[in-house]
Amino acid sequence: MNELALAAYAAATGRHVVREPTDAHYRAFLRRFDEPAYRERLRELGVTWLGRTSPRFPHGVGAIFDPPAGLFVRGHGAAGILDSPSVAIVGARACSPYGAQVARTLGRELGRAGLVVVSGMARGIDAEAHRGALDGGGRTVAVFGCGIDRDYPASHAELARRIGETGLVVSEYGPGVEPAPWRFPARNRIVAGLAAATVVVEARERSGALITADLALEEGREVFAVPGEITSALSAGTNRLLALGATPLLEPADVLRSFGIEAAAAAQVRVGGTAARVLGALAGALAVDELVRATGLDASAVAAALTELELAGLAAAGDGLYRRVAAR
Amino acid sequence: MEVEAQIRGQQPGFVLVGLGDRACQEAKERVRGGFVSAGLRWPRERLIVNLAPAALKKEGAGFDLPIAIAILVASGQMQPDRVEGLAAVGEIALGGHIRPVAGTVVVAEAARRAGAERILCATESAPEAALGGIEAIPVGHLREAADFLWGELQIEPCGPPEPDPCPPAYRDLADVRGQERARRALELAAAGGHNLLLAGPPGTGKSMLARRLPGILPPLTFDEALDVTRVWSVAGLLRPGHGLMHRRPFRAPHHSASMPAIVGGGGGRLRPGEATLAHNGVLLLDELPEFARPALEALRQPLEDGSIAVARVEGRAVFPADFQLVGTMNLCPCGARGDPKVSCSCSPQRLAAFRDKLSRALLDRFDLVVTVPRPRAEELAAEPGEPSTPVRERVVEARERLADGGLPRTAAADDLLDRAVESLPLSGRGRARVARVSLTIAALARADAIDAEHVAEALAYRAPAELAA
Repeated sequence: MNELALAAYAAATGRHVVREPTDAHYRAFLRRFDEPAYRERLRELGVTWLGRTSPRFPHGVGAIFDPPAGLFVRGHGAAGILDSPSVAIVGARACSPYGAQVARTLGRELGRAGLVVVSGMARGIDAEAHRGALDGGGRTVAVFGCGIDRDYPASHAELARRIGETGLVVSEYGPGVEPAPWRFPARNRIVAGLAAATVVVEARERSGALITADLALEEGREVFAVPGEITSALSAGTNRLLALGATPLLEPADVLRSFGIEAAAAAQVRVGGTAARVLGALAGALAVDELVRATGLDASAVAAALTELELAGLAAAGDGLYRRVAAR
Repeated sequence: MEVEAQIRGQQPGFVLVGLGDRACQEAKERVRGGFVSAGLRWPRERLIVNLAPAALKKEGAGFDLPIAIAILVASGQMQPDRVEGLAAVGEIALGGHIRPVAGTVVVAEAARRAGAERILCATESAPEAALGGIEAIPVGHLREAADFLWGELQIEPCGPPEPDPCPPAYRDLADVRGQERARRALELAAAGGHNLLLAGPPGTGKSMLARRLPGILPPLTFDEALDVTRVWSVAGLLRPGHGLMHRRPFRAPHHSASMPAIVGGGGGRLRPGEATLAHNGVLLLDELPEFARPALEALRQPLEDGSIAVARVEGRAVFPADFQLVGTMNLCPCGARGDPKVSCSCSPQRLAAFRDKLSRALLDRFDLVVTVPRPRAEELAAEPGEPSTPVRERVVEARERLADGGLPRTAAADDLLDRAVESLPLSGRGRARVARVSLTIAALARADAIDAEHVAEALAYRAPAELAA
C-alpha cells in the first residue's frame, strides 16, 4: 500500500481516509499520482512525511484503533521527540483566567522537567500549554486539525513558528486541507495517541477535550483532570471526569510522578517582607482592593509587592484578580 | 475686519457684500428692525455695506452691531471721528437689544491687535471681552450704543474679571467607597498628567472615578483659564455673563460621536471638537472600544502634540487640544469578565474582535491601565473615601517637584526595570511608560530618587497581558 498516495488522496478529496479504498475512483487517482512531484512539493514546504509503517512513525499513534496513513511533520525538532515521554494538555478554547494560568504553569513545569507537551494549538488552554512549555525551555508538539501548511487559527502563526523552532507541528492532513469542524475530533485521537498521559485543564460537558480524554482512556493511557469550582460551567466536564475516575491533578508533580520523575525541589524564591505578607494573604483570586483590606497595607505598597511576586513567578493576574501560581 | 457702509443712488435698497454667510445676510433685516425700534432714522437711499477684507469668509450674527454703526456714520447721523479706534461685536434683536455672540473674547483680542482701543459688545459678554486686554463697553440696546457714541450717555467700561473668590465645585472623591487601587491610579494620573484606562465589568464605578479627576487636578493658571475661555467662547458654550473659565473642562462625548465631533470640523466648517473643548482638562471616553475606529485613531495626533490640525472646505485651523485622556472599557463584549458572579458568554472570536478594536498604538498612549473587578458585597459598605481636597494638595506638591526636573534612578530601580523588560511582555514604549509613571510615584512620595519600590508599583499599572495580546 502506498501510504503517501492515500494521504494525498484524502487531501485531494477532502475526505477522512485511513484504509485503502477499493473503488475505481481511488485506482484512477493512484494511476495519476506522481509521487516524486508530490514529495518535491512537500520538500519545498519544509514538510516531511512519516508513513504508518515507517520505523520512525510514533509508536503511540501506531497503537491507536484507527491510526492515520501517516503524519506530515514540520519544524526543527527531531522526529524522535514524537516517541519521547509526552503529556497532552487540552481544554476549552474560551477558558477562564484560572484555566489559562494552570495550563501555562503545567506546560512550563512539565516542559522544564523534560516531558514533551502535546496539544492542538487551539485558542485558550491549548495555546497556553504550548506557551508554557516554551517558557520553560521545553519542547512541544502541535497537532493540527487542518492541512500541515496552514496555521490555524491565523493569529497563532507566530506561536506555530516558535513551536517549530525546537519542537514539531504535525498533521495527518496534507497541504491545502481546509479546517473543518469534523476534523478536530479526529485530530484529538492523534493528540491522545502521541501522549502517554492526557491532562484536561478546563472543559465544558460534551466538549472536544473530553473526546480526547475518552480516546486516551480507550487506548489505556492515563487521564488527569484539573478540579474546578462546581459552579463553573468550564469545570463541569473536568469535574465529571474526576467523578468517573480520572486522576485529580493537584500539582504538576502529580504528572511527573506518573512518569517516575521526581519533581526537582522547588527553587527557593526570596521575596521581601511586604511581598511575603501579600503572598500570605493571597488565597483564591483576589482584587488589589481586597488585598489592601486583608493586609492593612496601602494600595501603592500592595501594587509594588504584587509586581515583585509576579516577577518571582509566585503570583499572576487575570482580569484584575491576582492568584498564586506555583502550588506550594 | 472692517465694516464699510456707503449711500449711493436714490433707489431705496440694501446690499451686503463681502462673502458673508446666511447669518450675515440676514443681518440686513435684524439691523433694520433694530434701527426702527431704537428710534434711529433708516436711510431711504440705496445702501451698500462691505465686509472687508472681501476674500475672507465671514459667518455669524456678530456683525450686526458694527454694520449698524457703519450705517449711522454713512447716513450722517454720526460723526466719523466718534468711531475712531472703535470695535464692536454683537447681534441685534428686532427690538434693538444687543445679544451676545460666540467667540467675543477672541474678537476682542483681534481688535486689540488691530489697534482698536475699545470694543462695544453685549452686556453679557463684556467680562469676556475685557479679557482680550481692551476697554469693553457693555451695551444692552442699539439706542444705548448710539447715545454712548454721541456722548449723551456715560457707560463705565467693564474691567477684567476678578479672580473667582470661590473655587469651582467638582464632584468629590469622598463619594467613592473602597476602590483603593483605582483611587491611587487616579491620583497618579493627576500628579503626572498621565492618561488612564480603567477596565472592568459594568457598574464598578469606572466613570464615577473618572468624573472626579478634574477635582484633584491643580487649579487652572490664568493663562490656562484664558485658553479655555477662548475655546469655549468660540464654541459658543461660555455661559453669558461669565468672564474667565476657572473650571477645568470635563468632556465625555457619547461613544456614537463621529470623528469630526471628536477632533473638530464637520459639515465642512471649522469648529472645535470635543478634544479641543477638553483642552487643559479631561476627556473621558466611556466605553472606549465602542467608539468608531477612525475617531479613536484621530486622537493620536493631539495626544502626541497637544493640538489638532483640521482642514475643511472653509480652510484649515490648528486647535489647541492638550487634554488628559481617561478611557473606560469592559473586559469583554458581554461585560461579564472580571465579575465573579456571572460567567462570560463571549465566543473567543468575539473577544478577539473586541480587543482588536484597541490598536496597539492607542493602548500605548495610556501610561496607566487599571483593571477594576466587581467589588464583593462587603466592600460597598466600606468607609467614605478620602475627600478630593487633600488629594489635590498632594497632586499640586508633586507637580511642583516634577516641574523642578527629573529624579535619578537608583541602581536597584534600573535593575528591576531591566528584569521586568526581560520577563514580562513589555515593549520599548512600555519601558518608557513605566519609567514615566515611576517618576510620578517617586515625586508623590517626596523621594530624592526613583527607587525599586517605585518602579515595582509602576509596573503594576502596565497593560495586562489579556489586553496587550
